[in-house]
Amino acid sequence: MSAKTDNLKEVEARSKAALPQDIVDWIGECKKRPHPESQLISTLHKVQGHYGYLAKEQMDAVAQLMQIPASKVTGVATFYHFFRLHPRGQFIINVCLGTACYVKGADRVVEKLKLELGIDFGETTKDGLFSLEASRCLGTCGLAPVVMIGDDVHGGVTPDKVPALLETYINKARSLRKQSR
Amino acid sequence: MNSDTKINITIDGRKLAVPKGTTIMDAAEKIGVHIPRLCYHPDLSLQGSCRVCIVEVKDMNFYMASCSVQVWENMEVKTNTPEIRQARRDIVELLLENHPRDCQTCERDGNCELQNLAYSMGVRERLFEGERKMFPLEESGRSVVRNSDKCILCGRCVRVCAEIQGVHNLSQQYRGFKTVVTPAHGANMDDSVCIQCGQCINVCPTASFLEKRSTEDVWEAIADPGKFVVVQTAPSIRAAIGEGFGFPVGTPATGKMITALRRLGVDAVFDTNIGADLTIVEEANELIRRINGGGVLPMLTSCSPGWINFMEKFYPELIPNASTCRSPMTMLSVLLKTYYAEKTGRRPEDIYVVAIMPCVAKKYEIRRPEHFLDKHIPYTDTVLTTRELIWMIKCYGIDFTILPDGQFDEPLGIATGAGDIFGTTGGVMEASLRTASELITGKSSEKLEFTEVRAVEGLREAEVVIGDITLNVGVANGLVNAKELLDKVVRNEKKFHVIEIMACPGGCIGGGGQPYPPQGYKILDPALLAARAKALYSIDSQKPIRRSHKNPVIQVLYDEYLTKPGSEKAHELLHTHYESKQPRGIR
Repeated sequence: MSAKTDNLKEVEARSKAALPQDIVDWIGECKKRPHPESQLISTLHKVQGHYGYLAKEQMDAVAQLMQIPASKVTGVATFYHFFRLHPRGQFIINVCLGTACYVKGADRVVEKLKLELGIDFGETTKDGLFSLEASRCLGTCGLAPVVMIGDDVHGGVTPDKVPALLETYINKARSLRKQSR
Repeated sequence: MNSDTKINITIDGRKLAVPKGTTIMDAAEKIGVHIPRLCYHPDLSLQGSCRVCIVEVKDMNFYMASCSVQVWENMEVKTNTPEIRQARRDIVELLLENHPRDCQTCERDGNCELQNLAYSMGVRERLFEGERKMFPLEESGRSVVRNSDKCILCGRCVRVCAEIQGVHNLSQQYRGFKTVVTPAHGANMDDSVCIQCGQCINVCPTASFLEKRSTEDVWEAIADPGKFVVVQTAPSIRAAIGEGFGFPVGTPATGKMITALRRLGVDAVFDTNIGADLTIVEEANELIRRINGGGVLPMLTSCSPGWINFMEKFYPELIPNASTCRSPMTMLSVLLKTYYAEKTGRRPEDIYVVAIMPCVAKKYEIRRPEHFLDKHIPYTDTVLTTRELIWMIKCYGIDFTILPDGQFDEPLGIATGAGDIFGTTGGVMEASLRTASELITGKSSEKLEFTEVRAVEGLREAEVVIGDITLNVGVANGLVNAKELLDKVVRNEKKFHVIEIMACPGGCIGGGGQPYPPQGYKILDPALLAARAKALYSIDSQKPIRRSHKNPVIQVLYDEYLTKPGSEKAHELLHTHYESKQPRGIR
C-alpha cells in the first residue's frame, strides 16, 4: 500500500530515526510488558538525558512508538518543571539567590548577567553558549554572592566582574571547538 | 453485597433509599434537588475539578463534591445551608475573577453556563481582584477558534474529545496558573490531530471554543450586487433551527427557514437533500459495482467531513474502502456552479454558494483543494452553522415565529424523504437501502423503513436481506463507536458490506454547529437528539417520493447532464479522493 493511504510504516520509521537506538529498544521492551503507558515519564527522562531537553520531534516520536496521544505526552512534559522544552546552553549559569547571597548583592549580579547575556531566567543565549538559572542556596554561603557556571563555583562575584567571567567561558568554548575539529 | 443493595440516606432532612453506588448528586436528583454543577456531565468521566457541586455531609470536616462521592449507609447530606451557598458563590466568583469581563460582546452572552451559574448563585458584586490569565486568541484554524482566556478548565472538551470521539487532541498543558487546554505543542486545530467535529464547542460551558465566524462574509456577499447568492440547507437544520426561536424541540421548520433566508436577501434557496439524493444514487451504484465486481469491501460512507478527517489521520489504511462520493453539500455546490450556472447563463464565479450546515468540519471541507472548480473557484464559498444562521435571522429583526412557509427554488426543487433522514444516524444507510433494494433486485420494493439500521444507541450491526443477497451492515455515530466497527474491519474479524459512520453523536442532528441545548435539556441529551431525529422522520414520512432514484429532478439531471450513475462526467463532478494526513492519530 502506498504512503498516501497507509502511512504507518513511514511514520514508524521516522519516529525511530528521531530517537537514539537505546531509547527505541527501551520502548520496545516497555511494550512487551503490561501498561507500557506507565513508562512515559521514565522514557521522557531518557530522552532528556540524551538531548538535554525535549523537542517536538522527539515527543512526537515517543507518542507514536508508545502509542500514547501526543497531547498526553506534551501534557506530561509541560506539567513537570524537571522537563525542559528548549535546548540549554553549553554552560549553565546558576546564580544563588539564597539569603546570604541576596544580601551581599546577588540581585545586582543577576541584573548585570541579564544585561550582558540579553536573556531572562530560563532562557538561553542565541549562540547556544549560556543558559541563566537561579538557585535557592548552593551551601557555600561563605563565598557569597555565588555564581556557578557549569561545574565551577565562583565566589565573591560583583557586577563589574561579570563581563570578564563570561569572557573566560566564551574563550573556553572556542578552544573546545578547535580541539574537536 | 450486590448492586440491588439499598443504602439509606437523608438529604435535606428527607429520608430515602437508593441503590449502592449512587452518587450524592444522583440521589438528590431523585427527590427533586438539583445541585448546581459545571464540570460534571453524565456521559463523560468524572473530573470533580470545579467544586461547584459541593455539599455538606455530617461528620465530615470538609465539603464534598456531590458528583463524585457515592452514598454510604446513614449518610446525612445538606445541600443548601447558608455556608454551602456562600462557598459555592465564592467558588463561582473566583472562576469569574479569572475570566474576561466581556459578557456584552461575547458570542455566548445569554446562553453561557458560567453566566447563568453566577446569576443563580447570586453573585451580584465582584469582591475579588487578581492577576488574570492572558493567552493569545487562536483563530488560525479553518473551523474551530480557541479562546483560552475564557476557559475555566472544567475539562469537558478534553473528555469529549477523548471519550466520545477517541481523538485525544485536547489536553491540559502546563500547570497551576499557566494551565491551558490545547492540542499537543499548542498547535492550532488544523495542524493537530483535530478532526474539526466541533464537539468541544458543544460541551464548552463558556466561549472557549467557537466556530470560525463566517457571517460577515455572507452579509457582504448579499450586499454585493455582482454576486448571485444561493443558499443550500442541510436536512438537520430544519429539525433544530426552531429551537433558536422558542419552538419546542423537534419542531420541523423547513418552510419558515426558507422564507427567513429569502428575507435576508439571498437570491435562491436550495435543499441539500438534492445532493443527498444524488449521493445515494451514486453511492448505491458504487456499492453494487464493488459487490459484483470484487471491489474493496466494506464500503464506508463519506458524507461526514469529521469522519473523513478522522479516517485520513487515524485509519488511513481504510481509504480504499471509503466511497469516493463527495458529500451531499459539495455535490450540490458542484451542480450549482456547473449545471445551474450554465442553465441560468451565469458565470460560476458570480454565483456565491452559502451552505447552512449543522457542522463545523464543513468549514474545513470546503477549503480542501479537491473541492475547487478549475483549482481556484471554490464550489462552496461559505459555510454557516445553524447557530450562525439563527443569529443572522435575529440580527436582521425577522420574527421567525410568524413567517409563512416558503418553497425551495426551481430547478432542483424536489428532494425525497430519503434525503431528509441523512441528518440522523442510520439515515444514509436507510436511504441507500431504499435505492439499493430496488437496483439489486431490479424490482420495485414495498419496504421503505429500515428501522434496524437506526443506531440511536450509537452502534448497530445488522443483516439486511435484499433479494438473494444478505448485506452485513454497520452503523456508528460518535467516533469511539466507529472505532469498534473499524477495528473489526482492520483485524478482519467480520465481513461487512457497507458501514455508515457519522462523526457526531446522533449524526448531523448532534453536530458541532447545532444550537446549544434549550432549557431543560443537557448537552448531548439523548432526548434532544431523539426529538430532532423524530422531526426528520416525520418530514420523510410525509414526502410523496421517498426513494432517491425515483426523484424526477435526479432523473432529469442524469438525462441532461450526467448521463448515468458512475459515468465519466459523474466521476469528474461528483467524486473525490482522499489521502493520509499528518500528524497521524493514536487510536
